[in-house]
Amino acid sequence: MSGPSTYVPQTGFTRWLDSRLPLLRFSHDTMMTFPTPRNLNFWYAFGAILTFCLGAQIVTGIVLAMHFDPSGAVGAVPGSSLAFDSVQSIMRDVNYGWMLRYLHANGASMFFLAVYIHMFRGLYYGSYKAPREILWILGVIIYLLMVITAFMGYVLPWGQMSFWAATVITNLFSSLDQITGGIKAGSHIATWLWGGFAVGDPTLNRFFSLHYLLPFVIAGVVGLHIWALHVPGNNNPLGIDVKGPQDTLPFHPYYTSKDAFYVGLFAILFAFLVFFAPEFVGNPDNNIPANPLVTPPDIVPEWYLLPFYAMLRSIPQKLIGVLVLGGAIVTLAFIPWLDTSRVRSNRFRPLMKQFFWLFVVDCLLLGYCGALSVDAARFGIPMVWVARLGTAYYYAFFWVIMPVVGLIESPKPLPDSIAKSVLGNVAAAPAE
Amino acid sequence: MATTTTAEPTRRDFIYIATGAMAAVGAAAVAWPLIDQMNPSTAVLALASIEIDLAPIQVGQAVVFTFRGHPLFVRRRTAKEIAAADAVPLSDLPDPIARNLNLPDGAPATAANRIATAGGAAGKAEWFVSSGVCTHLGCTPTAFEGDFGGWLCHCHGSMYDTAGRIRKGPAPQNLEIPVYTFETATKIKVG
Repeated sequence: MSGPSTYVPQTGFTRWLDSRLPLLRFSHDTMMTFPTPRNLNFWYAFGAILTFCLGAQIVTGIVLAMHFDPSGAVGAVPGSSLAFDSVQSIMRDVNYGWMLRYLHANGASMFFLAVYIHMFRGLYYGSYKAPREILWILGVIIYLLMVITAFMGYVLPWGQMSFWAATVITNLFSSLDQITGGIKAGSHIATWLWGGFAVGDPTLNRFFSLHYLLPFVIAGVVGLHIWALHVPGNNNPLGIDVKGPQDTLPFHPYYTSKDAFYVGLFAILFAFLVFFAPEFVGNPDNNIPANPLVTPPDIVPEWYLLPFYAMLRSIPQKLIGVLVLGGAIVTLAFIPWLDTSRVRSNRFRPLMKQFFWLFVVDCLLLGYCGALSVDAARFGIPMVWVARLGTAYYYAFFWVIMPVVGLIESPKPLPDSIAKSVLGNVAAAPAE
Repeated sequence: MATTTTAEPTRRDFIYIATGAMAAVGAAAVAWPLIDQMNPSTAVLALASIEIDLAPIQVGQAVVFTFRGHPLFVRRRTAKEIAAADAVPLSDLPDPIARNLNLPDGAPATAANRIATAGGAAGKAEWFVSSGVCTHLGCTPTAFEGDFGGWLCHCHGSMYDTAGRIRKGPAPQNLEIPVYTFETATKIKVG
């Protein structure tokens, strides 16, 4: 889509460089002149916002690692550990340590907030449909890597929530014992992950190692994600193909400035959280050092995993519960082939649009159920049944509603072109 | 390089396959140490038994010890709790297997089998010893809670009776009974 390169080196050095390593040509073609649909709205700023989030997490993470001690060995206070103590030291002693840690911890929440909006946007405008299937699947892989990285990061402070989150999540694998018979493959996997018979010092060490590694793996997959974006080019709110240069604008300065503005707004919200409500998304129980003998009365994951936690708890059978949890993410990879509609954007899909918004509400409702204790009831209704209903709708949305609605729905007529839709019936846009 | 197609495999085909096979074996040989390093080391595997003095534990008290990095439950049951465990018919149990390492695999989860000690020797009804790891996802259940007076796991709502048997909730199995034996009337050796 990007067409032949329009880069012209201006100086002797850039001409010399261009014939040896065309790095500036590559940057020019992908970040400056890249033709981008002229109708991208606010919701398309989240790609840039997510890039900002990943960068911020890596920078704050690298400096925090300079002060963190990944050891479960007994610390200064009975019951604490060197890891727990080093986090306290970061909060109290290290210059600006409190700010760096709050940026990193709240940065994870902001990252997930942005990625969920990005995913819902892709769902709404049909950005997963041909020819963007690989682009979408790479996104699902990035999301899965983010979940794993965030989980391992949550373990590092070695508080009560850290320890029991590590215990519960690694024990998910033990459910495989129910299908592998006498081999007990699941328990062996759990032991292998722990490096012992329970979550302990070896677990903390390896989680730190992997927590440092995975963001760079994410950065690599993000590179593939952007590559896969630049082959077909951006989808857009109309979901129709770009038909020519009149439908596009060069990425710079149009989208660099638009993205920068929204990154700024996002940074304001982020800063508000860090400086005025830094513990808003945290759990106070994680200020208690890890104790392998006492499980906190209410263990809940971070907010961004609550919908999946609600699904796990709503199933009274261990193995099926774990499969429903994992299947909820795996399902996302199949969406490009589950949606049978010829039309991408929900703007022109009156029926699917309603199911979409119901799906958004369903995800929020599942998150709410996940935050409650397991035997909670609201208005006399046991919430576990609400979670079951929510789980059923989650799966039905992808595996039943998407294929069926695509076949039976009559979409609204699509506009002729992006340019006509944006500029009215002007034959062609004025030259930029 | 010109390629020719022949009906018979050539020596070059053989070299390709042999090279690929060697590379695969080599990759596996390198991969295994990288995977196995994450398993528990022999230092971790060499875990001793522990001895527990029961004398300070009062009737109706439940105590949690550490055994091989995991919590271990020791509970001195009241007559009422013993009777409650004895009264449960096997047909009411989601997991009818004793899960007692002192007994052969598959022994039924009767109240007597749940307290049997090393080699299947009868235990003492007052003392109940089990792993403190919920068989669902590994949390530590809280004693004296839940519908059956035994334990309630707060993580996902599994309920155990006074013989540590799963009665309600997502846990698939009864709490595991480790190998243990009475050394004296008031001292047990676990492991």
